Amino acid sequence: MRSSLALEGDGDTWKLELGGDWSASALGEIVEQLDSLPPRLRGTLTCDWTRAHAPGIGPVWALLTRLGAANPGSGELRILHLAAPSHLRFLEDLRDARAEPAPSAPCDGSGGPIATLGRWSLAQGLRVREFAAFVGRMVAVLTRALSKPRALRASSLVRHVQETGIAAVPIVSLIAFLISVIVAYLGAQQLRLFGADIFVVDLTAIAVLREMGVLLTSIIVAGRSGSAFAAEIGVMQLNEETDALRALGLDPIELLVVPRVLGLVVALPLLTVIADAMGLAGGGLLAHFQLHIPWAQFVNRLHAAIAPSTFWVGLIKAPIFAVLIAATGAYRGMQVRDSARELGRLTTLAVVQSIFLVILADAVLAVLFVRLGV
Amino acid sequence: MIRVRGLVSRFGGQVVHEGLDMQVEEGEIFGIVGGSGTGKSVLLRTILGLKRPEAGSVELYGRSLDGLDARERAALVQKYGVTFQNGALISSLTVAENVRLPLREYRTRSPEALESQTQLCLAMVGLPPGTEEKYPAQLSGGMTKRAALARALALEPSLLFLDEPTAGLDPISAAAFDELLLYLHSRLDLTVVMITHDLDTLFRTCGRVGVIIDGKMRSGAPRQLAEDPHPWIQAYFHGPRARAAQEQTHG
Ligand SMILES: Nc1ncnc2c1ncn2[C@@H]1O[C@H](COP(=O)(O)OP(=O)(O)OP(=O)(O)O)[C@@H](O)[C@H]1O
Ligand SMILES: [Mg+2]
Repeated sequence: MRSSLALEGDGDTWKLELGGDWSASALGEIVEQLDSLPPRLRGTLTCDWTRAHAPGIGPVWALLTRLGAANPGSGELRILHLAAPSHLRFLEDLRDARAEPAPSAPCDGSGGPIATLGRWSLAQGLRVREFAAFVGRMVAVLTRALSKPRALRASSLVRHVQETGIAAVPIVSLIAFLISVIVAYLGAQQLRLFGADIFVVDLTAIAVLREMGVLLTSIIVAGRSGSAFAAEIGVMQLNEETDALRALGLDPIELLVVPRVLGLVVALPLLTVIADAMGLAGGGLLAHFQLHIPWAQFVNRLHAAIAPSTFWVGLIKAPIFAVLIAATGAYRGMQVRDSARELGRLTTLAVVQSIFLVILADAVLAVLFVRLGV
Repeated sequence: MIRVRGLVSRFGGQVVHEGLDMQVEEGEIFGIVGGSGTGKSVLLRTILGLKRPEAGSVELYGRSLDGLDARERAALVQKYGVTFQNGALISSLTVAENVRLPLREYRTRSPEALESQTQLCLAMVGLPPGTEEKYPAQLSGGMTKRAALARALALEPSLLFLDEPTAGLDPISAAAFDELLLYLHSRLDLTVVMITHDLDTLFRTCGRVGVIIDGKMRSGAPRQLAEDPHPWIQAYFHGPRARAAQEQTHG
């Protein structure tokens, strides 16, 4: 039984015959048919509901508002109902009580390229200020916490070291091992052309210790923990938990951000050492089984190839990267407002930006170390 | 319409319901009361099939939830509307988009029809025009409740589950809500299951009330239940607030 709607009459007397299915599920169909009504009506209109089946509130409302729109200057159209649905009066009252929508606020969309540029610069400026405020507060809390170790919240720190560090050991080890095997293997292919197989040891040792160990670890940690920081803090923002902390007189930066930063500053160097060890093991294994370099020779070559500084130059970068990753994650988390979509967007941003910052910092440090001659 | 038999709910070692029975007939407004943490919201979640009971059976419209396939489930879901205790509006959608979400899924994609139904739902719950463009985070607590109710009404359900619909409303809005509910109930042949702490709402609207005590439910007409000697019920129905609410509805 399809829903139907038929208008008859002319001049001053109209009859609107409503038939078929008028239940809520026929809403789309009915609204489509309402389009066929003339835009303006005058005189007397009789709506005949006798053959409308189980009229739902949605379709009846749609008809009422449509008839209301056909009769803007009231009084020109008189509407009568035959066998009206029980909720008709309720809906009529509702429609009459509902004021016209307020004119929407002046639009701030356009204004030419200059205005757009201005708005963009202003937004960027505000963002920079926000970021500076965040960093400033973080540093202030950090120095305060370091001078007064009781404020360090040891249990929270331990939890973060466990979650960001110890839990990441398997994946970091595996990836460091595999990548160094790949590097050693490809290096060996080239070096063999010159009969310089043994230099595979130099290649892997220097690459792993100076760059790859710490860089790989940082990128893995940025993906694992940078996103976790942003998401954890972001959800707390959404639930107004951070507001609750502030209202309790507690500083979210001290409670949420600083333990994460310090935790990662402890965890990332430890992970880097593990990655270094696994990387060397990978290179050594490849050298042994693929190039048949005896263990003793490998160790000798290793001693010759690396200075103590090679190891330290790699490791010193770990805490710097840790601060970058943790601060970016926490900062993006603190920026979450209002909606789950924001949470997703900022978590993504946290990971992308922390990886970018890590690589940028690595490049700057590489140049710096070369200048310093280490 | 709803029949719960011997329901047992547990979280770890904590027993929330211990052989709870509940029955709701078509066309009535059934109130669920009980102290905080007695398992009212858990009961609602169990009836809706969001939580599996540890034991016992739940039937909606005479059918057990377990035996339904996806099609039947979708058909069933359209017959009831739910509001959750904290609103549970989708935070990344505006109020209007929240209301349209079920409509779009089950009814129509025509923009005019969606707009018409959205306006109707907002008008029914008394949200002023202009609210539809707001995001849930920009609403006050009371507006959130109303928007959630609007979404629950979008499909014109025959059964309505409300978790504390008047909590957080000012007394005038709460009274208006009672009238709205009674009106919708009488005009739309609604069956309503409502969790509430609000005694005014309870006496004004509910035909029967179920009290959750010690994991079981005692139900009856409000006045009849008020005679129950259990200390919590006595305290609930005969405390200073209850007296005022009862006198009002008497007079
Ligand atoms: N997901 C869960 N895990 C563990 N325990 C839960 C969970 N959900 C609820 N509970 C426990 O079940 C009990 C009942 O909770 P419920 O939310 O139903 O209370 P309520 O009766 O709705 O209270 P209120 O009036 O405060 O809303 C509480 O003790 C709560 O701690
Ligand atoms: Mg509850």
